[in-house]
Amino acid sequence: MITVIKEKCTGCGLCIKVCPFSAISKTSDNKVEIDLTKCNLCSACVSVCKFSAIVIERKEEEKDLSQYKNVWVFGEQKRGVIQPVVYELLGKGRELADNLGCELWTVLLGYKIKNRAQELIHRGADKVIVVEDPLLENFLDEPYTQVLVDLIQKYKPEILLAGATTIGRALISRVAVKVHAGLTADCTGLEIDPAKKILLQTRPAFGGNIMATIITPNHRPQMATVRHKVMKEAPVDSERKGEVEVLNYNGKLNSKTKLIDMIDEVGKTVNLAEADIIVSGGRGLGKAENFKIIEELAEVLGAAVGASRAAVDAGWISYAHQVGQTGRTVCPRLYIACGISGQIQHLVGMQSSDIIIAINKDPEAPIFKVADYGIVGDLFEIVPLLTTRFREVLKK
Amino acid sequence: MKIIVCIKQVPETTNVKIDSEKGTLIREGVDSIINPFDMYAIEEGLRIKERLGEGEVIVISMGPPQADQALREAISMGADSAVLITDRKLAGSDTWATSYTLSKAIQKIGNYSLVLCGKQAIDGDTAQVGPGISSWLDIPQVTYVKKIRQISKDKAVVERMTEEGFDVIETPLPALFTVVKEINEPRLPSLKGKLRARKVEIPVWGVNELGLEEEKIGLEGSPTRVVKIFTPPPREKGMILEGEPQKVVDSLVEKLKDVVIR
Amino acid sequence: MMDYLLTEEQQMLKELAHQIAEEKIRPVAKHHDETQEFPSEIMKILAQSDLFGVYIEEKYGGTGGGVLDLVLVTEELSRACGGIAICYAASALGTYPLILFGTEEQKQKYLPDLASGKKLAAFALTEPNAGSDASAIETKAEKKGDYYILNGRKQWITNGGEADVYVVIAMTDKSKGARGATAFILEKGMEGFEFGKKEDKLGIRASATRELLFDNCKVPKDNVLGREGMGFIVAMKTFDITRPGVAAQAVGIAQGALELALEYAHQRHQFGKPISSFQGIQFMLADMAAEIEAARALLYSVCRMIDSGNTNVAKESAMAKMYASDVCMKVTTNCLQIFGGYGYMKEYPIEKYFRDAKITQIYEGTNQIMREVIALGLIKELRKKK
Repeated sequence: MITVIKEKCTGCGLCIKVCPFSAISKTSDNKVEIDLTKCNLCSACVSVCKFSAIVIERKEEEKDLSQYKNVWVFGEQKRGVIQPVVYELLGKGRELADNLGCELWTVLLGYKIKNRAQELIHRGADKVIVVEDPLLENFLDEPYTQVLVDLIQKYKPEILLAGATTIGRALISRVAVKVHAGLTADCTGLEIDPAKKILLQTRPAFGGNIMATIITPNHRPQMATVRHKVMKEAPVDSERKGEVEVLNYNGKLNSKTKLIDMIDEVGKTVNLAEADIIVSGGRGLGKAENFKIIEELAEVLGAAVGASRAAVDAGWISYAHQVGQTGRTVCPRLYIACGISGQIQHLVGMQSSDIIIAINKDPEAPIFKVADYGIVGDLFEIVPLLTTRFREVLKK
Repeated sequence: MKIIVCIKQVPETTNVKIDSEKGTLIREGVDSIINPFDMYAIEEGLRIKERLGEGEVIVISMGPPQADQALREAISMGADSAVLITDRKLAGSDTWATSYTLSKAIQKIGNYSLVLCGKQAIDGDTAQVGPGISSWLDIPQVTYVKKIRQISKDKAVVERMTEEGFDVIETPLPALFTVVKEINEPRLPSLKGKLRARKVEIPVWGVNELGLEEEKIGLEGSPTRVVKIFTPPPREKGMILEGEPQKVVDSLVEKLKDVVIR
Repeated sequence: MMDYLLTEEQQMLKELAHQIAEEKIRPVAKHHDETQEFPSEIMKILAQSDLFGVYIEEKYGGTGGGVLDLVLVTEELSRACGGIAICYAASALGTYPLILFGTEEQKQKYLPDLASGKKLAAFALTEPNAGSDASAIETKAEKKGDYYILNGRKQWITNGGEADVYVVIAMTDKSKGARGATAFILEKGMEGFEFGKKEDKLGIRASATRELLFDNCKVPKDNVLGREGMGFIVAMKTFDITRPGVAAQAVGIAQGALELALEYAHQRHQFGKPISSFQGIQFMLADMAAEIEAARALLYSVCRMIDSGNTNVAKESAMAKMYASDVCMKVTTNCLQIFGGYGYMKEYPIEKYFRDAKITQIYEGTNQIMREVIALGLIKELRKKK
């Protein structure tokens, strides 16, 4: 239940400004009141009130969760290759496990995959549980869910981390419901609360315009997915030793869905999620053929090609390249936006890039507000010059 | 063939700004829209119905009473009927409790072949409710569907978008799909649709109608809880490079070359 | 905005048309103007949104509205592009003869597809030697048994080549003068019915304007609309109802132009101020706004008059068309003037409105003929009193 403590409320109105659902309004006696039909209990107002005048009450439960131990990382693999996000999760996982004084385990599902287990141990895992079955060779929602749920119920981990990849998000959401666990997606921060020894999960909401810190006090495991390139990779220690346990399901797994084919779209210019550098084109390009200018710069930089929604909607480039609210969210080291005005729906997809460069002929373009370096100019002149100059500099 | 589409009414993000002095979120006006990804789900439901020459598209939404507007908008696009799931006790639900509630509504409607959801909601950005629902209903799921190659009464072949390209998956029905933008271009409402949407009765189901277990809903039923909301530190102000194009380019390349050379 | 006391349905209709105009038409208007490519995609969207049937009875698949509903849609679409809007409105020009004079069989046969937008219609009267003097048409229709054989050509037919259904006025008996023409329903694909070249126009370039060529075209006698000899009556009565459509196009174009000019005047700074702060510009904007509103008010009143069942509307209908199109030409000229040098450049959207405006003073009866109609109407009323 949410209530406004009238004696503490000064009518400053800060909560009104902050409410994303416009559920708060001023009363005639210069206090605020909350429209419960609109309130979503997101607690933005609670956080912002300087006078602690808004309170959300809930029943405090005491549950015995002591049997849940250890930090787990889901070892996502594709075609037998461990995905790089797993190393980042192990890096963070190690930190969390050391803080809690427990072990770091990895769960690896696949077929003829157990030789990969050592890699995970070298990256910091104390134990690797390998589950092998032909049906697990490539990701299928149901058998992967079944295995992970069984393992969780058997071994009772305290924390489970997975990559916020296409696979991770589909799988972990399904698992979380089955094991009645709390799941926080796309975490950018994971810490252990020193007093309560629980996981503090921080993530963006509203397209990254606000950050929320979330906990799962009474349910285990505490589950979180993390995007690639957000955490630091665990270093490799090839001397490290650990335990490997191999489990078999002996044909007891099944899947209603069947994987018929896996198709790669040619060229690394498509894989925005993995790219360290992205060069993006927007409405300013004018037509499909002009994406060539972007592709040339991308090639010299070894970058992926991105696009704004305007360019994709105009049919100049395929949706796989779209960056933004209804496209992909990226955070490369370097993002170069050419002829992109910087509408908020695009910004939410790339504003956490390390360095942002903007090239646009309109000095008022919103993109310049997030750019570290901006050039007000004609992209048809600037971009080819950049390509030539980078080519010179990088050859040397 | 019964197709159930789950939609959410969300605040329009364009209006959300940061007050850099106070470090708070500012919203101008109360524009609520159907979550953009859900528009693709509604459209796909309508297209499947047209493709098969028969079917029924039922739209459901869990939210505050004003979500009724979003449901009527879906009907004006051509959905056959809608159900609003609302109850004060549902406020504060996280994705676990939300997917539970929606799955109970879907079960109450019953006899469905397909559940469609948008990839994620633009306010929560979790993408968890879709897979959560399929978990509760114990039906197969395919997320990030970018194309439905074939569909019939009891099975479908779809393309699931991956980081590298896409997978082709065959699934029996009933199943749940979450869809991405590439799958279609949503239609505008039709006049007959708008007229119907104005008059149609939308049943309201709450905790009692759905027989929901109280410890699984709302704030109390949610395993996760928000303890803090804050605005991220703003990016440091950047600089505009000025001058003759070649000079500007040279200067920029000089600044970036260490970043680019790995 | 002036309140015209529209019904809730009409308000909904206007909003829907506005949404389509802004989201779908505006982004492609320039492309269709440059290439003269027919906007089939937009026609599909209008069809899917049930807009083709707004003036057609529900029993034929329409939504049972009237001329005012047609006008509301045409006006909103014209704000974004007069050329694309007329593709929609001209179909009504080819459909109204069927509504007014069709037998039940003819209505059942043709109206449902026209109401759903599955098919488009067109109206064909004009010929190289018969513009304002419609009685000078030379296309002949000779009765032979159960058929009429058509020979001749029509010129400058809007939707020519794109439409499936054509109402064609041809001479069946030259000796009978004004009672010598007959209206026929033709369909694309009929033997002996071909299309000539597509015209390269100054404005409304998205609209397809073609010649219709009849070479011993066999038309079944069941396709006579009304009765033999009623051809010109069919045409005149149809125009009385569809002239408001042209007026709507004119009001829409004028409104669209005014909005662009207002925005520009607000942004353009000269002498240290936005030009909208200069009285010269302000007076222009004021005059234009009042004139457009007057044209709109006259138009809506005429529509209400027609929708109430009044058939004696020739004079009023001509007034609405004449006034709105003259206002449109004046407004678009002045709006271009406000844009100054930029107004003359194709890169800016206003010159298109200027080009599109002109035709509204010419087609469906030139404004000179409109003045004749009005004057004759006044004199007739005077005589009646005496």
